[in-house]
Amino acid sequence: MNFATIDKVLLIFFQELQNYFSLAGRAFVRIFRRPFYYREFTIQFDKLGFASLFICTLTGLFSGMVMALQSLIQLKPFAATSYVGGMVAITMVKELGPVLAALMVAGRVGSAITAELGTMVVTEQVDAMRVEGTDIIKRLVVPRLKAMLLALPLLTIVTDLVSIFGGYIMSAGYNINPVMYISGLPQFMVFQDLIEGVTKPAIFGAIIAITACYVGLNTKGGAAGVGAAAKQAVVLSSVMILVCDFFISKIFVVFRG
Amino acid sequence: MADYFDYGGGKRTMTSSDSIRMDKLCYSIGGRKILEDFDFHLERGVNRTILGVSGAGKTTILKLLLGLLDPDSGSVSIGDLCITGLPESKFMQQRKRIAIVFQGGALFDSMTVGENVGYRLFEEGRLSQAEITKIVIEKLSFVGVESAINLYPSELSGGMKKRVAISRALAADPDYIFFDEPTTGLDPIGVYNICNLMQRLQAEGKTTLMVTHDLATAFATSQRFTFLNKARMLFEGSEEEMKSSLIPEVREFLGPTDRSLFI
Repeated sequence: MNFATIDKVLLIFFQELQNYFSLAGRAFVRIFRRPFYYREFTIQFDKLGFASLFICTLTGLFSGMVMALQSLIQLKPFAATSYVGGMVAITMVKELGPVLAALMVAGRVGSAITAELGTMVVTEQVDAMRVEGTDIIKRLVVPRLKAMLLALPLLTIVTDLVSIFGGYIMSAGYNINPVMYISGLPQFMVFQDLIEGVTKPAIFGAIIAITACYVGLNTKGGAAGVGAAAKQAVVLSSVMILVCDFFISKIFVVFRG
Repeated sequence: MADYFDYGGGKRTMTSSDSIRMDKLCYSIGGRKILEDFDFHLERGVNRTILGVSGAGKTTILKLLLGLLDPDSGSVSIGDLCITGLPESKFMQQRKRIAIVFQGGALFDSMTVGENVGYRLFEEGRLSQAEITKIVIEKLSFVGVESAINLYPSELSGGMKKRVAISRALAADPDYIFFDEPTTGLDPIGVYNICNLMQRLQAEGKTTLMVTHDLATAFATSQRFTFLNKARMLFEGSEEEMKSSLIPEVREFLGPTDRSLFI
């Protein structure tokens, strides 16, 4: 690979990055500007948020159960099985709950947003909206961003609660006293952990919405282009979620001192 | 500022606010030249057609005129305002004088026919629901599909989609209406209906600009013709001038032979 090729690749990369953050910036500014498209927001909240409830519940239940199972096996030799509740809770609330819920939603919702917007682009519906005088960021991006900003933290809370319940079911099967399981929860967690547990999904929600909208609005080609864009959106947002998770965790660790 | 345009029937004075123009416009995609030093002028009251083979860049011209694409160089002006390089919000008012009927209709899938037609009026928010409904019914009646008001685009035939797209274009009462391949994929009755509708719109004072490779429709609905080939304008003139043109590519286009495969 010669310098000209590297130069071209870097140029395209930074152009894409600039356009991505430009879209994100313009979308966040427009959150507070009229018109608010309440109807569109409600539809998106239902489509993106409420419809993901089942998959998040299922993810939370089985993650909690497997966490409890593995913890019980590890803690048993040390006679520390009473800490299993706290371990499940802290792991799920701070890390696994937000990340797993976000990955599930990215797969389910991110691809749907991209496919929908991509189809609108290739069938010239987006151009038609622009000609009709619509600000497409306000009309198409902002309602989805707002829906994700609200829905993903709520879905994560549900995932966390269900996972703790899943851990409880598993622990009960191993004759752990329910009171011990529940009393272990506050021993491991502080208020800041709860803040971290809802901050992360809000940021992940923004990543999913902006990435899916960006890729969708830049779709090229026909049906094949839409399919490729949907795949790209899921991969991109999943990777970004995992990378951002590390940095957000690091920031919270620094603040904790 | 006044310009003089020859319409074949003599000269008349027009202000530049009565026209849409492209000057020395260049546009390329991925290094491939789509338009090169392209000059174009659409005057109010003169219905035009841009002709050319598929892939010649005809639709691109419409999108550039509407400010949906940014040219590499050159300028596009709507009336007195040069829109090149401006953010959309700065020329929204000028662009509202123009409506477009896209090739596939580009109706919004998630909305009913009625919502599609009244879309701009709903967005503007100046009229009441009752007033918008009245206008929507009136525009749908004009194209003869008022019975489809509560249907979704997926429930319409190709011809009906085009007619709904025309009524959507009419809802905001524009001065100019662009048509992108309006007769493609339609049966002869559908083609006749669209031609008829365009002529009725012209009679109502709308200026139409059509891009097509359908000569019959073009000659039935336009007075001036532009022929596009290999990123450049090869011909501009009336039907008679076009038919008597000695430009080989134009002659090939009007009367294809075996050699036409190589245009």
